[in-house]
Order: sequence, then C-alpha cells, then structure tokens
Amino acid sequence: MTKRPGFLVYGLLTAFILGSAAPLYWSFLIGSHTKEVITRDTPPLLPGGHFFENAQRVFDSVPFWKAFGNSLMVSSVAATSVVFFGTLAGYAFAKLRFRGSTPLLVFVVVTMAVPTQLGVVPLFIVMAKLGWTGSVWAAIIPTIVTAFGVFFMRQYLVDAVPDELIEAARVDGCSMFRTFWTVAVPAARPAMAVLWLFTFMMVWTDFFWPLIVLPAENPTVQVALNQLQSGYFKDYALVLAGTTLATIPLLVLFVVTGRQFVAGIMQGAVKG
Amino acid sequence: MRTGDVADAASPAAPPPEQPAGRRSGARPRSAWRERLSRWDVRFSPYAYISPFFLLFLVVGMFPLVYTAVVSVYDWSLIGGKGDFVGLQNYRDVIDNPYFLKSAVNTVSIFVLSSGPQIVMALGLAGLLDTALRGATFWRMGVLLPFVVAPAAVAIIFGSLFGDRYGLINQALEWIGLSGVPWHTDRLASHLAIATMVNWRWTGYNALILLAAMQAVPRDLYDAAAIDGASKVRQFTSVTIPSIRPTVLFVVITSTIGGLQIFAEPRLFDTTLAQNGGSDRQFSTMTMLVYDFGWHLRDLGRAAATAWLLFLLIIVIAFVNYYASRRFGTIAGLRHRGRRR
Repeated sequence: MTKRPGFLVYGLLTAFILGSAAPLYWSFLIGSHTKEVITRDTPPLLPGGHFFENAQRVFDSVPFWKAFGNSLMVSSVAATSVVFFGTLAGYAFAKLRFRGSTPLLVFVVVTMAVPTQLGVVPLFIVMAKLGWTGSVWAAIIPTIVTAFGVFFMRQYLVDAVPDELIEAARVDGCSMFRTFWTVAVPAARPAMAVLWLFTFMMVWTDFFWPLIVLPAENPTVQVALNQLQSGYFKDYALVLAGTTLATIPLLVLFVVTGRQFVAGIMQGAVKG
Repeated sequence: MRTGDVADAASPAAPPPEQPAGRRSGARPRSAWRERLSRWDVRFSPYAYISPFFLLFLVVGMFPLVYTAVVSVYDWSLIGGKGDFVGLQNYRDVIDNPYFLKSAVNTVSIFVLSSGPQIVMALGLAGLLDTALRGATFWRMGVLLPFVVAPAAVAIIFGSLFGDRYGLINQALEWIGLSGVPWHTDRLASHLAIATMVNWRWTGYNALILLAAMQAVPRDLYDAAAIDGASKVRQFTSVTIPSIRPTVLFVVITSTIGGLQIFAEPRLFDTTLAQNGGSDRQFSTMTMLVYDFGWHLRDLGRAAATAWLLFLLIIVIAFVNYYASRRFGTIAGLRHRGRRR
C-alpha cells in the first residue's frame, strides 16, 4: 500500500482550487448586487438578492437567448462533425494499411501545430462571396474538422481495437465499412464522447472568428458578452451577471462530465 | 464511404460461399465480380475514410492560411474587394505602423509573463497531484475548473478584479498599506494582469497533461532514488522532471502557439470604446492588430500581412522555446544521460 500524502499536499491543493473558484464567486457576488456595491470600500462577502433583476437587464440589453441558441447550435454541429470525420479517418490511420499512411499521418500531426486561426482573412472573403457572413453557418464551417480530432481518435483506436477482432470480422465476410461500423465504432465510443465534449467546449468558448462573422443581432454567447462589456462596462453588476449567466452552461456540463474531461485530457497527453 | 456502401450491398450478411479454386477461371462470373469488389473494398476504403477529412481540412484549414499570403500582396479592401497587386507594400506599411512594434512587443511580453510561471506552477501542481490522493478525480476536476470558463468571461471577471479604481486587488493592496496599481493604464501592469488571466485558465489543464506523463514514470526509479537518500523534492527535480521532458516540451510548444495568438483577454480587458488595447495601445496584441486592420480600417491586405507576420513570429518563438527547453531539460537530466535518445 502506497503512503497517503500529508496535510501539506491537501492544504496546497485546497488553496489552489479555492483560487480557481474565487473569480467565479466574485462574478456571481457582484452580479447579485446593485451596481453601486462596487464603489464601496469593502466589497460584500455574501451574494445579494438582485441577480434575477440584473439577469433581466442583461436580457433587455443583448439578445442573450438567441446567443445561447446560436452557441448551442454552432458547438454541437461542430462537435458532431469533428467526431464523425475524426473517427472515420482516425480508424483508417489506426487499423488499416494503405500506401501513404505514414506521411499522411505525419501531415496530420504537423498541422495540429498550425495556427489555423490566422487564416481568418481568406475565410472571411470566401464567406462574404457566398453571402454567408452574419449567419451561424459562417461560424460553424471553419470548425467542422480538426487535425486534433483525427489524431486523438487514432491514438485511442490503436489500442482499443485488437487487430484479431478486425480480421475475424473480415473472415466472417464483413465489408470494410461494416467492420468499421460494428467493430470499431462501439469500441471507440468512450473516446468519441470525450472528443465531442472537448470540441463542444473549444467551439463554445471561441471568440475571434464569431466576432468577425456575426453581427450584434445574431451573436454567439461570447460575442454577446463583448457587446455587454463594451456597451455597459461601467455597470459591473449587469456585466458580471451576464458573465455568470454565460458561464453557467459550461459549468453544468463540466460538473456532469468532468470525469470524462479529465480522463480525455490525460489520455490525449500520455500518448501524444 | 461510397466504396464501403457498394461492397456492403454486394456482400450479404451470410458469409460468401467457399470457393477454394477456379475463382478466377471465369466459370462463376458472379463470384469473380464479388471477389473484385472485395479487393477494391480493401484497397480503396482507407482512402474513402480519410479523404472527407483531408478535403474539408484543405478547404477550411490549409487553403485560408496559404491564401493569406496571396491577399497580403494585394490592395484588398473589406468593401471594395481585390485591387491592384502591390508586392510587399502591405508588409512595409504594417511594419512602419507605430502600433506594429508595440503590439509585437506586448504580445511577447504577455506571453513571457504567462508561459514561464505557468509551466513552473503546472509542474508543481502536477507533482502534488501525483501522490496517492484520496478522491483523486475530485482534485483533478477541481484544478481543471477554470478551463471551462471562456476567455471572454475570464477577461471581464479579471478586468473588474484588476479595476484601477474599485478593483478588489487594488483594495487589497490598499488595506495592507500599499498604493493601488493602475492596472489598465500602466503598460507592464496591464501585461501582468492579462498574463494572470492566462495562467488562471491554463495552469490546471497543463498540470493534468504533465500529471499523465508523471504517472508513466517507473516507480522503481523513485525507490532507487530514495535508497540513495534523495528527498521528495530532490526526487522531483532529478527523477520526475527529466523523465517527462518530452511532455514538458509538448506543453511549452502548444502554449507558445496558443499564447502568441492571444486576443479575447486583452480585448475584453479594455474598457475604452475602441477596444483595441488601451488608449495608448499599451496592451494591444498582434491578433488585435489583425482585427484592427481588417475590420476597423477595412484593409484586408494589411490584415493578411499582419497575420502572416504573426505566423512567422510564432514559428521563430516556437523554435527558440524548443531549443531553450531542451537545454533546460538536458541540464536537469544530466544524471540520466544514458536514457537520452
């Protein structure tokens, strides 16, 4: 039996986690008071009773629910698409032999490091030509595939599906696609879930591209936060109530699926 | 996928009848056909599975990046579209712009203030987590909490904590008898505030990646070190860190690439109306300059030139960091010379 760590380790970790949570508490704290509270010499310790009132003012100031729906739509379409194409290509790289597989996989790994965010100018030109700027589709398109998605699924499938199982399915007369569908996909499910969550979160929190293509009337949550901050920055109760509202959905997702999040990050790392 | 579908239709659920010999003689044309389909299936399916990804990635990932170079040598307005070929004029204009050098320095300064402390804290945190904790998942989730908060939200929250007049941090400084810091107007102070946001959001995430690598370190290395009389701290610096060097490199490189593109944090930290990095651009970054050229000044040519210059900056700094952290790893890992690849 390994030795349990002492109080010092638990104490330091507790301090770190309190530090992690404190800014979120601050956001809710100020967001639940009236706007004058920030000018007091000592800030309050406990939340006040004005959160819903402030939230209502947020809804009056920016199209929050529309932003929420847009973010939900953009993030889930992107996540589903990344998982679909990532699993398909990742399976091919993990389990099938074909000419050029090694250089192509190297290409995938290298492009993971490429800052694709820097391609915004041509992306914008194309979207404008197509007349898509302003619609959520313009926000979705650049996120539908990621090199990371392919690499992540490949790393998982290499170990998760034994080669013998694939051969057995082939001997039994399964076509390639049927083998993929009935053998690889069920085995890949945990990794697919992690990749879905991860991509959902990355796209949800993305700011630069949605800010460029989406107008004030049709924003994502992050773009709406930008409007709130630039228009009402003197009213911290309002802005921080909005920030709290914007953060709650991902916090809920995190509380429900945090275990998978942690496992996914650690898994991707060990093999990467 | 299409190859797969065709083959699927051709091979029913029941396995094909055994045809030990004479398959290719042409005596049974249907089987020969099926045989050929199956061979095509094996040969082309892999390409069918990878090509959707590659096609889409070329369109939405690679093409824009490469085409940025094309746009950057044209006079290209946001409204009017493509104009004359101007060669490197856009690059000259961008580099001559007084805000260019300022933004480049700010970007690197914020990055240095965030990445160094972040790696050190993440290593320490990972070391704390790499013990036989009770409720390990709880602690791991705890340190990951800030990662689910969007950069835009982080910037707003920290913008108020670091408020020049009523911020909690300045109030705290005044309680202990110090004077408040002009976090938004002073250049270095604003960089420090923005670096704090980055550190807050990413330390736990990086710690988990490092923790994963630490757990793969063979435990008998620690036993051997302990027998040699190495303390816990000594074991950490002489066994753990050298062993996870590749992962440290990975974290350094990914945080370089991400950190130099910082945009949401400085933009939303700004409470001036223009939101382009403070009244004197004291915390304007390169990505903000891309946005400023393209969507405020409506000059896509210069925006593209700036993006391409940022790309070069990222490559240079990534290489510098790669060699620097390799050296660092080598110094820390002298005792493991034999294990070096």
